[in-house]
Amino acid sequence: MSSRDPGQAAALDRRDLAWYVDKLAQILVFIGGISGIILILGIFVFIGSEGLPFIVSKLNIGEFFTSPLWRPTSEANPTYGILALMAGTASVTGLAMVVAVPFSLGAAIYIAEFARGRTREVLKVLVEMLAAIPSVVWGFIGLSIMNPVIIKLFNVPVGLNVLNAGFILGLMAAPIMTTIAEDALKAVPEGYREAAEAMGATRWQVVRNVVLPAAKSGLVAAVLLGVGRGFGETMAVLMASGHSINLPTSPFDSVRALTATIAAELGETAVGSDHYRVLFTLGILLFLVTFVINLTADLVVRGIGKK
Amino acid sequence: MFETTTLNEQNRTVEKLWRTLLLVMTLLLILPVLVILAVLVYKGGPVLSLDFLLTEPTNGMTAGGILPALIGTVWLVSVALLASVPIGVAAALYLSEYAPENWLTRALNLAIINLAGVPSIVHALFGVGAFVLFFRFGTSILAASLTLAVMTLPVVIVATKESLQAVPQAFREACWNMGATRWQTIRKIVLPNSISGILTGVILEVSRTAGETAPIMFTGAAFFLPFLPQGVFDQTMAMSLHLFVVSTQVPDVPEALPYGVALVLIAMVLAMNATSIAFRTYLRGRKKW
Repeated sequence: MSSRDPGQAAALDRRDLAWYVDKLAQILVFIGGISGIILILGIFVFIGSEGLPFIVSKLNIGEFFTSPLWRPTSEANPTYGILALMAGTASVTGLAMVVAVPFSLGAAIYIAEFARGRTREVLKVLVEMLAAIPSVVWGFIGLSIMNPVIIKLFNVPVGLNVLNAGFILGLMAAPIMTTIAEDALKAVPEGYREAAEAMGATRWQVVRNVVLPAAKSGLVAAVLLGVGRGFGETMAVLMASGHSINLPTSPFDSVRALTATIAAELGETAVGSDHYRVLFTLGILLFLVTFVINLTADLVVRGIGKK
Repeated sequence: MFETTTLNEQNRTVEKLWRTLLLVMTLLLILPVLVILAVLVYKGGPVLSLDFLLTEPTNGMTAGGILPALIGTVWLVSVALLASVPIGVAAALYLSEYAPENWLTRALNLAIINLAGVPSIVHALFGVGAFVLFFRFGTSILAASLTLAVMTLPVVIVATKESLQAVPQAFREACWNMGATRWQTIRKIVLPNSISGILTGVILEVSRTAGETAPIMFTGAAFFLPFLPQGVFDQTMAMSLHLFVVSTQVPDVPEALPYGVALVLIAMVLAMNATSIAFRTYLRGRKKW
């Protein structure tokens, strides 16, 4: 290209104002673009740095995971056992999934495969509205509507328990699972359904034998993300679970969840104290568990998609 | 010519059974919301009045209105939007218009999914560690709003990305062929054609932000303040936290009061959601391509 004369080279040079603006915009957009990564790392670093001093110096890992005694405010002998808190979270989330999984998958199948036209739009909007209700309102519903209903219905002294929180949490997780599951069903190519229908299959046979197997990974991901949602929910569980430390043996026991413990206690701790740092340690645990759940959901979708 | 066999009939019965069962499940999922809304309106309705919205709480929050909480929520949401909309739109532009298919883009998408999945109380811890302590904003509107912004960023990114990707590729190619730079194409073609979709996402984000409680509890929202916030470094009351406080922390609250607060909060959130949905439906009907 050395034969090109200088005038021609200048004419081809497009480094005018628009070119510089374009470059600048590209840089700014890139910075905004990687903000997601910066923030997720930032969350880990900031929570880690507040929790880490406690983890390395004071934490007895064995006691932490196996002791049901959570007495962080005890003057003489504070103990930090989260077994009961984990049991609280697990029992509430577990019950929530028992409520939410069948109903959300059922609703997703109905909306995606059976409902048509206006009915479908209305149902979708209602599910979206369900997802929009703030968690503190759900908590309030558990506290003031569900509580007396449970007391009266089951003749128990306290209505703030696993049953209450699990039911509320199920209703909260259901719309998310329904939406994701419906997307997974819709992603199954129309040709699959048409092929099966051409063979004389009824709608239900199509769904059962063709659509559901094809959408399996997406449905599993939907359930996983629902579990993640239930696991991380804070305000509703704090208000509806009774918030007392217990290894639950029945749905009518009050329990306390990991998330709710942080929400209830962080305000009373002094910055830098052991109690403050152990709450951040719980935060690290929550962060890691949800991270694993989300990662698994992502891998499930991708892994099967590749096949 | 074709006769229905018993097998056909059996299949048809099974089909009908499942169809009914699934419909019942769908309705059972939706029914509780309608019941709950009805109860909220029934019990909270009588409390509502212009006075309730426009006066301050009195008698240790057992009487009076919710004005400071309403104004506080408006503050928190506005400041959060100022932070999250530019960053979120930039992130979506990057993902939709620039990002090559590589590990960084995959990591970015994964980071956004995770950001959306992190529990709200963990966002609160992050807000305390980063904004309140490290950046020394103290417990303030700024710290609380930034925490909310981080938390709701994925909502903006996902909604914006979807509406950017809905602009047909041919529009961009036509513009490039005229010699426009990538940025000129984005500014003159891509953004004008997707701005309404982006707005829909922003409205959705407003509704999410207004209802969040855990992230603001320790970063800037106060149980009770006798004055309205004057700037971003003040603390503030907020609707969501106010509902938590009057329903669990304050003794001797008349039964109807928290219902009134809950009703106003849910009405705000659902109204914005409905706007967003109506807007989206309208846009879908109007789309030219």
